Amino acid sequence: MEKLLQVEKLETQFTKDKQKIKILHGVNFHIHQGEVLGLVGESGSGKSITSLSIMKLFKGTSGEINSGRILFNGDEDLINKSETEMRKIRGKQIAMIFQEPMTSLNPVMKIGEQLLEPIRLHLGLEEKKAKEHAVSILKKVGIPRAEEIMNEFPHQLSGGMRQRIMIAMAISCNPQLLIADEPSTALDVTIQAQILDLMKQLQQKEKMSVLLITHDLGVVAEMCERVVVMYAGRVVEEADVFDLFESPKHPYTKGLIASVPKLGQKKEKLDSIKGNVPNPSELPKGCKFAPRCNDVMPICYEQEPPELNLENARSCSCWLYKEERGGIRV
Amino acid sequence: MLKSYRAKGFFRKGLLTVLQYIIKRIFEMIPILFIVSILIFFFTHLIPGDPARLVAGKDATFEEVATIREELGLDKPIWEQYVTYMGNLFQGDLGTSLKTGLPIMDMFVDRFMPSIYLTLFSMVWALVIGLLIGTLSAVFKNKWPDYLGMVSAVSGISLPGFWLGLILIQIFSVQLGWFPTGGADGWKSYVLPSLTLGAGIMSMLARFTRSSLLETLKADFIRTGRAKGLKESIVIPKHALRNSLIPVVTIAGLQFGFLLGGSVVVETVFSFPGMGRLLIDSISFRDYPVIQAELLLFSIEFIMVNLVVDILYSYLNPKIRYTA
Ligand SMILES: Nc1ncnc2c1ncn2[C@@H]1O[C@H](COP(=O)(O)OP(=O)(O)OP(=O)(O)O)[C@@H](O)[C@H]1O
Ligand SMILES: [Mg+2]
Repeated sequence: MEKLLQVEKLETQFTKDKQKIKILHGVNFHIHQGEVLGLVGESGSGKSITSLSIMKLFKGTSGEINSGRILFNGDEDLINKSETEMRKIRGKQIAMIFQEPMTSLNPVMKIGEQLLEPIRLHLGLEEKKAKEHAVSILKKVGIPRAEEIMNEFPHQLSGGMRQRIMIAMAISCNPQLLIADEPSTALDVTIQAQILDLMKQLQQKEKMSVLLITHDLGVVAEMCERVVVMYAGRVVEEADVFDLFESPKHPYTKGLIASVPKLGQKKEKLDSIKGNVPNPSELPKGCKFAPRCNDVMPICYEQEPPELNLENARSCSCWLYKEERGGIRV
Repeated sequence: MLKSYRAKGFFRKGLLTVLQYIIKRIFEMIPILFIVSILIFFFTHLIPGDPARLVAGKDATFEEVATIREELGLDKPIWEQYVTYMGNLFQGDLGTSLKTGLPIMDMFVDRFMPSIYLTLFSMVWALVIGLLIGTLSAVFKNKWPDYLGMVSAVSGISLPGFWLGLILIQIFSVQLGWFPTGGADGWKSYVLPSLTLGAGIMSMLARFTRSSLLETLKADFIRTGRAKGLKESIVIPKHALRNSLIPVVTIAGLQFGFLLGGSVVVETVFSFPGMGRLLIDSISFRDYPVIQAELLLFSIEFIMVNLVVDILYSYLNPKIRYTA
């Protein structure tokens, strides 16, 4: 399968009080054409920063990409693109949906106005055509009385509706890649399922690639074909969704899966792995997960494990698998 | 029964609703004005000094003063005076000045509009420049436009009005001769007083706009706008500024209200024939009826400004609900 996006050795940092804090430490992963890739990890592991890095959406923050490559559509390295060039990609080729449908829409602008912006900008349609297009997109994402909703304000709609609007806005220009950062987390359970269904259905119909960021392994199991697990600004494991759930390799992944509530079990928080995600400015030496790991070995405290390619096109950064077939990629 | 409903932005809701809302607000003004009138009346009478003696003159005998007091009705109990006053007011009679003996209405006619113009001009430039400085400061946060903007804002707030006025007169009237030193003849005579009067407001608005805009720029919907591929030159005015204006409008309205009464100092410095100077003169003469009429007028103006602010506010913020 053709690779749509290839992220290589991506390093992103923020500056706080003149101190540079590295958040991403060489993130590697790729997304195939028409694939749904899950990006999972506990809060603070750098999932959102990864997605913002792809879009280079750092205006107003101290964030900047240090090094690495973000290859889009084969050979276009987004890192070398100017702001003007990026603006042509944002919303057109790569679109985004965010977690908070309550605050992600402008409260003082009508839905129609907001929806028309990317359509007018990227598709260059004239007023009437653009409006028709907007209404048809609203219908596509399952919004009843689409014409009326165009004239309403965000506060007049429910959270689920707003997220549908966000999705409509994101797919309005037929993007090749849709980045969805926790698109259903802020919604209640039934609405969550509807939104995920909608996304899956649109993804298949439009043959979009989707980068789905989530805490929720249940969502991953439902939606994704492949999964990337992140911890402390690194990719620690990458695998096909079946392989990942069947035989997780990295102790961190194992912990994540073990903490998913089973049927009939009371729902617990995902981070039932002991301890907490380390602070990006005080990372331990060696493997960043070592202090919380159940299978920790002496070497883990000394040296960071390399990314190991394992069978079935999966990879894992853990000393446990150093001797396995495959060998070292980095 | 009070029925609340959502307003889908003010002007879209139809003229009828707007009118209903305004009429309702005007009716709400009545009890407020009633209380205000009582307060004004009694506090004015607390001002020490005897107006009858002032009218009679220094050399008047005790009997003469007593006669005048009786003529003016000042010997009656204060409640009775109030009732008489309000009765006249309802017939459109503001009373006559103790000092000049002229009907107060006539005294207001010449002075009201110059003061209103002065306030309006001050407000307009303060708003335009304040918003501009605030926006530039926020957009170029911690860069030189920000420092420059905030330095000018701080100086605008800390310079006392009379001092700024005197400096402006010295430079632009006395030395350069561009503008008259006082009066209210033609637009030229409004320039320096408006600059003086608006300086403080401009600074305040600049600082408010800056902080409000900085806050808005952190909002998620700004990121959404950028993620759509919008330019900063669209994101800032169209998405950010409109949201930031909501608190700014409130402040601007309050300041506008204060300006209406606050022109006293500036009108004095520029010998401007407006309501502010009339108030000062009336207070020093204990011209009760004029003081009362002026304060009442200021109160009405203040309440009207508030109404306008509320209407603007609901136009800017579609979330506001009216009750009708
Ligand atoms: N603007 C910023 N300035 C400085 N540090 C930041 C900024 N944004 C994020 N970070 C830091 O980057 C790290 C990764 O954050 P990120 O938002 O990517 O986590 P996440 O995996 O998306 O978590 P969550 O699941 O809570 O959304 C965190 O430690 C966070 O404190
Ligand atoms: Mg996040």
